[in-house]
Amino acid sequence: MDYGLRSIGYGERLLPKSDITLCEQFVLIGSGMIWNIYFAFIALLFGFLFSIVLALGKNSTYIIFNKPARIFIFIFRGSPLFIQFFFAYDLFIILPKLGIDIDLGFITVTVETRWLTKAWLGALIVLFFNTSAYAAEIFYGALRAVPSKDIEAADSFGFSGVKKFKRIIWPTMLRLAWPSYTNEAIFLFHATTLVFFTGFPAWQQRGDAIYYASYFADKTFNPFVPYPIVGLYFILFTLVIIGIFSIINKRLNKHLLPNERSKLKVRLNLIR
Amino acid sequence: MFEYCADPKSLEGFAWFSCYVTTPKHMSFYGSFLVVMCLLSLAAPLAMLFGFIGAIASRSSKILVRFFGKGYLAMIRGIPDIVFFLFIPIALDQAFEYLRHKILCPEVMEPIRQGNDFVVCTAAKLPLSAAGEWVHDLYGFSLALLAFGFVFGAFTGNVLFGAMAAVPKSQLETGEAFGFSPMQVFRRILIPQMWIYALPGLSNLWMILIKATPLLFLLGIEDIVYWARELGGIKTGVYDYPHPDWRAWYFGVLMIFYLLLTYVSQIVLDRLSNKLSTGQATLAGKTI
Repeated sequence: MDYGLRSIGYGERLLPKSDITLCEQFVLIGSGMIWNIYFAFIALLFGFLFSIVLALGKNSTYIIFNKPARIFIFIFRGSPLFIQFFFAYDLFIILPKLGIDIDLGFITVTVETRWLTKAWLGALIVLFFNTSAYAAEIFYGALRAVPSKDIEAADSFGFSGVKKFKRIIWPTMLRLAWPSYTNEAIFLFHATTLVFFTGFPAWQQRGDAIYYASYFADKTFNPFVPYPIVGLYFILFTLVIIGIFSIINKRLNKHLLPNERSKLKVRLNLIR
Repeated sequence: MFEYCADPKSLEGFAWFSCYVTTPKHMSFYGSFLVVMCLLSLAAPLAMLFGFIGAIASRSSKILVRFFGKGYLAMIRGIPDIVFFLFIPIALDQAFEYLRHKILCPEVMEPIRQGNDFVVCTAAKLPLSAAGEWVHDLYGFSLALLAFGFVFGAFTGNVLFGAMAAVPKSQLETGEAFGFSPMQVFRRILIPQMWIYALPGLSNLWMILIKATPLLFLLGIEDIVYWARELGGIKTGVYDYPHPDWRAWYFGVLMIFYLLLTYVSQIVLDRLSNKLSTGQATLAGKTI
């Protein structure tokens, strides 16, 4: 089919206008899924690292780490993602077009701001911040839930701070947080559908799955075909995410007795 | 608004700003905050109703009723809610028009789906093309409200189903032992005891509902997002109040509005939860 890679700019240029076949709908919407997967994957990858930093910051007793982490988490969890997209896009637009020169004294760094208004970067940054905040709250909760006797045991063995974190706190925290984090990953994946409904333009009609679905629904006046297709794709990929995360969950719980293992209980889909 | 606003071009500084934020369009913008609050206050009970029906249906002993109840509660999982928000209003609209077409003009024999068009007779159009603009607005808002009620009803249904299952069995059995009818057990024992289990889940859903309200914009309602885009866009010299692209500021205001709303809700819900959990044999932090 000519539309397989349409969403990233290969293949047929014009979208189907009339006589839209079921096959075209399937292929084009499927091609849009590339964007959803791209956003979800990259945002989760970087969000995971940043959220741990935030969680540690929130747990820190130093006010210079604690306050910024708390404020960051509050802002991104307290406001709708939809508004965040709009806000970020409009903020990126009023930034100088060509780039900002940052004078570091010995060298001047030019930060490119041009790409920020494009969905592939701008929306990704918003998603990245958003998932970081949500995941940080999860990891913070898990961090507080690490059994104190484990930490006392490590202390009595004379573990240093870093070693204690690496060997005891980190694995336990990750294990405790993993089921919730799986849900967060699924939420984020579903939240990627918002991108092209906000300010971010779909350049040359390269949009995500739901962008094409609403295109078809507009063209055919028949919502009963494209939206169930999107639903089907999302259910499929959600199952893939659950599969991947449950493999990791098994690994994290490997050392425990079967009745102590935390089950991956999937509670899906709430809007943020 | 103010008398000195008659000639906006001559104004400066604070006077200009005070006139700017009181233009009729800004008044509509402030009004749209009320639309959001209105949606929140209507969607929450509607979702409770749908959720309640869903939860009861999925506990039913009749297999068909249970099937529909479970189907409704499960449907919402796995599929992004945006899909439902886009799908339900159009689907409902077409369903209503289809029914009215069948009832009001049975003499028309042409198929309704003609290729890519959805054609119903003029009498069956909703709202009628002769109707005023407010009817169109109200109709659009009602469809959006139904979509919210439907989606959040499924979430609520999941919470209530879990809460009903969490009420200790022995409590219900005691009721039976006292000779209560199933209806009495349900009304006198299950429902009063279920709330404390449902509260964490419901308050979570309330926060999520707040954060879902900007999706009204997707449904073509003139809500706060619409006005923020409309008012914030670049206004050239032909306008009374020219200004550069201020959309970021407008959306900043919306961010603050939502942050305040969630912050206040959080405080209220925490208080409520503390109040309700006193004297209850539950883990206060139990979430659904």
